[in-house]
Amino acid sequence: MTAMSAVGIVEVQTDQRSATVSESRVREVVEAAVAKCGATREDLVPILTEINHALGYIPPEAFKEVSHVLHTPIGQLFSVASFYQMLSTKPRGRHLIQFCESAPCHVVGGREVWTALQDTLKLESGETSADGKWTLRTTSCLGVCAVGPVITVDEDIYGNITPQQVNGILERYE
Amino acid sequence: MKYYRTHILICVDPECLGKGAHDIEDALQDELVAQGLIDEVQVLETPRIGDCSHGPEMMVYPDGVHYVGMSVDDIPFLVEEHFLKGRVAKKFLLTKVEVKDEELGAPTSKEVRVVLRNCGKIDPENIEDYIAEDGYEALAKVLASYTPEKVIDEMLASGLRGRGGAGFPAGRKWQFCRASKATPKFVICNADEGDPGAFMNRRVLEGDPHAVVEGMIIAAYAIGSSRGYIYCRAEYPLAVRTLNIAIQQARALGLLGEDILGSGFSFDLEVRIGAGAFVCGEETALMASIEGKRGEPRPRPPFPAVSGLWAKPSNVNNVETYANVPQIMLRGAQWYASMGTEKSKGTKTFALAGDVNHTGLIEVPLGINMREVVYDIAQGIKDGKKLKAVQIGGPMGGCLPEEYLDRPIDYESLAAAGTIMGSGGLVVMDEDTCMVDIARFFMEFIQDESCGKCTPCRVGTRRMLEILQRICKGDGKDGDIETLEMLCRQIKSTSLCGLGQGAPNPVESTLKHFRKEYEAHIYEKRCPAKVCKGLIRFDIIDACTGCTVCARNCPVGAITGERRKLHVIDANTCIRCGICMQVCNFNAIVIN
Amino acid sequence: MPAVKSLDELKRLKEDAIAKRNAKTTAGTAQVTVAMGTCGIAAGARETMRAILDTIEADGLSGVVVKQTGCMGLCELEPIVQVEVGGAAKVTYGKVSVDQAKRIMKEHVVGGHVVAELVIPTK
Repeated sequence: MTAMSAVGIVEVQTDQRSATVSESRVREVVEAAVAKCGATREDLVPILTEINHALGYIPPEAFKEVSHVLHTPIGQLFSVASFYQMLSTKPRGRHLIQFCESAPCHVVGGREVWTALQDTLKLESGETSADGKWTLRTTSCLGVCAVGPVITVDEDIYGNITPQQVNGILERYE
Repeated sequence: MKYYRTHILICVDPECLGKGAHDIEDALQDELVAQGLIDEVQVLETPRIGDCSHGPEMMVYPDGVHYVGMSVDDIPFLVEEHFLKGRVAKKFLLTKVEVKDEELGAPTSKEVRVVLRNCGKIDPENIEDYIAEDGYEALAKVLASYTPEKVIDEMLASGLRGRGGAGFPAGRKWQFCRASKATPKFVICNADEGDPGAFMNRRVLEGDPHAVVEGMIIAAYAIGSSRGYIYCRAEYPLAVRTLNIAIQQARALGLLGEDILGSGFSFDLEVRIGAGAFVCGEETALMASIEGKRGEPRPRPPFPAVSGLWAKPSNVNNVETYANVPQIMLRGAQWYASMGTEKSKGTKTFALAGDVNHTGLIEVPLGINMREVVYDIAQGIKDGKKLKAVQIGGPMGGCLPEEYLDRPIDYESLAAAGTIMGSGGLVVMDEDTCMVDIARFFMEFIQDESCGKCTPCRVGTRRMLEILQRICKGDGKDGDIETLEMLCRQIKSTSLCGLGQGAPNPVESTLKHFRKEYEAHIYEKRCPAKVCKGLIRFDIIDACTGCTVCARNCPVGAITGERRKLHVIDANTCIRCGICMQVCNFNAIVIN
Repeated sequence: MPAVKSLDELKRLKEDAIAKRNAKTTAGTAQVTVAMGTCGIAAGARETMRAILDTIEADGLSGVVVKQTGCMGLCELEPIVQVEVGGAAKVTYGKVSVDQAKRIMKEHVVGGHVVAELVIPTK
C-alpha cells in the first residue's frame, strides 16, 4: 500500500489533465529503456532520460514500472526525477522549445526573441499549449554564445535567431 | 514592440563620418520615407563594419550585404534596387577582400595552443586525422617505456594544475589515488561545463575528443584503474556524439579495452549524460549523479582519491586537464613547465566575452597579465569606452577593477585579489556597467542553481538576492551593506561545496572595489551607471526633431508631442524599457 | 582496421594517415571542409553541407573530398567552409548560406576562381 500512496503523491504533482499514454505503451517504453541502459541503480538517470525522451515526460505508471525493475521505492525515483531540470513529471507537448536565457544571448537580442516566442505561442516558460503541440521553457547556457540568440526545438538547434524568424521555424514542425 | 524586416547598419567610425556617413544616413531616412519603406526598414548607426577604406560603409541585415563607396545621390537608386525590388546593387558591393590562407583563427602572438591545437583543424570523427597529428603516440610511449610512478613524476614536474577551477596539482591528485589501496579505481572526466558564456570544453570535446580520451587512458595507467566515465552535460548533444564515436574508434584500434597496444594494460570508458543540473559540475555531486542519485554534493574529506564513486578511489579531472596530458608526455614535463609562472605552469583557455572588440576562445600562457588579454588579444574595449571591471572565474568569480589589470593571471594572484581562476570565464565590462546590477545578476544565477541541500547556500543566497533586488529598485536602506558583508562571510565559511563557498564572490568583490556604487544606490537613490530601472528616468532634450519615431515605438504610449516639435516622456507611465532611446536617430533621449 | 599492437605499428598508421591526407590534396582534386561544431550547426552548417553534397551529386563532380571539422573559434562567422583546390592555398569562407555554397562549388571548386567577396577578411 505504501507504494500506492507514493503513486498518489506523484499524481498530485502531475498535470490535472489525464495522461494520454496507455499502460501497455508505458510498459513497452520502460522495457526498451531498461534493455538499452541496464537494470541497476546506476542506470537510473539514463533510464529516466530514455522514458522522458520517448513519452515527453515520466508518467506515474512509468515510476511504478521502474520501481519494480530496479527494486527501488518510488519516492527515491521521484526524488531523482524532480532534481534534474531535463526530466519532467508533467506531460509535455509533442515538441519542446528551449530558449537559452544566459547573459551572452540576452544581450544580443535574446529578450526580443523570447518575447516573440511567448507572443506567438501564447505560452509562458514551463507551459504546454492546450493542443499538446508545444512546450516552452528556458535552458541554461548551450555554449554557442557567438551565434546567439539560440533556441532549440527538440534535437534541432537554431542560432542567430531574430524575432521575425520565429514563425518560419515553428512552421517546420507538425 | 515593433519588428523591422530589414536593418541597415551605417558605419559611424570617424573615418566614415569624414566621408559623409551622416549625410548618407539622412538621405536613407528621407528616401525610405519617400518610397514608403520606413516602417519596414530601420536605419541604425554602428561602429566599424569593415576597414573604412572604401567608406562610407553600410551593412544590410538579415541579407548580410556589405555596401561601400556610395554617395548621397546614389541613395534613391540603392533604396529602390535593394529594398523595393529586392536586388543586390552590385555597383556598391564590397568585392575587394584579401584572400586569407590557413592562418584562419591562428593565435595572435600572445596566444599559445596546446589544448586547442587540433580544434578546427582535424576531423573529430576520424581517428586517423588525430593519429596524423601525433595522436596516441604519448600513450604508446608511456605504455612501452614508463612505469606508472614515472608518469606521475612527469605530471608533478610539469606543474599542471586542475583546470576545472580549484587548481589542485593534477600529479598530486593522481599520486593520492594511486596510493589508495581499495579497488577497483575509477578515472572520471568532468565535462559538465555549466558556467554561462564559457564553452572552452565544448570546443575540445567536439573538435578534438581523442585528446581527452588519450589523457584519461594515461591517467588510468598511472593510478591503476581499468574503468572510466566521462560525465558530459546534456546541453552538449554533439559533444556526446563525437565522444562516443571517438571511443568506438579507439576500441576498434585496440587503443581502449583489453590489452591496450599489446601492453597487457586494460581500460575502458563510457559517456554518462547529465540531465540539467549546474551543481553536477561539483565533483562529489557529479559522482552521486553517475551513481543514479540526486546530484547533490557531500562534505569532503573523504576526498574522491580515497572514497569516490561507489566509495572507491576515484580521480576526477576536467576536460582541459586531461587534454593537456598527451602533450606533456610527448614533449616532456620540462617543455610544459617552461610556460607560465613559478606556481602556475602551462596554458589556460578562456572564453572572452563582454564589451571587448574581439570575443571568443583564447589559450594563453599563465602569468600573462589582464591588460595584455584585454587590450592586445581582445583588441580593447568596444566603442573606445573605458574599462570598468573584469569578471573572471564564472558565476562564482569576482569583479576586479582597472588597478588589477597589470597583475598576472595565475592561481595565487587571482585568489589574493578575491576571485578564482574558475573554468575560464572572462567577462570584460565597460564604464556603462552597474556593478550592483551585475552582482544581482550573478546572485540570481546562483540562487537558481543552488541544489538546496545546505542551508547557507539555499537560504543565504536567497536573502542576499532579496537585498540586492531591493537596492537595485531604489529601496536600499542603511545597514544593507553590512548585512550583505555578514552574509558573505557566513555563506563562505559554512557552505558544503564550491558553489556555496564561491557564491558570495561577485558580491564581496564588488563591495570591496565598487563600494561607492552601492552607497550611491542606497543613500543617494542614484545609479551612477544609469542602468537600474528604479533609479533612472528617460528625458527628451532639445536635439529632438519631432520625427515621432519614439512615440510610435513606445509600447505603453508614454511619449507625446506634435510632429516636428519637441516630444515629452511621462515618467509615471514610462516603464523604462529603453526602446525610445534605441530607435531615436538624433540622440535626443537621455537618461537622468 | 586491425588492432594496433605497438608503438611501431602506431607510427606506420600515422605515416599512412599523413600519406592519405596528402594524396587527397594533390593536384586535380579539391577538398571542401565544413566546420560542424554546435555553433556551426546552429548557424546552418547542416544545410550548407547538404547543398555542397547535392551540388556534387547533381553536377556529377568527381575528385572532390568533403570533410568536416570542429569549431574553428570564429563562431560569429559560421557556417564556415574551407576550400583547397589542387596545391593552392586553403581559402576560408564565412557565413556561407545554401546559395553561396552552391556558388562556391561552381565558381571555385569547379571553375577555380576564388569567390572573393565571401572570403573571411584578414583582421
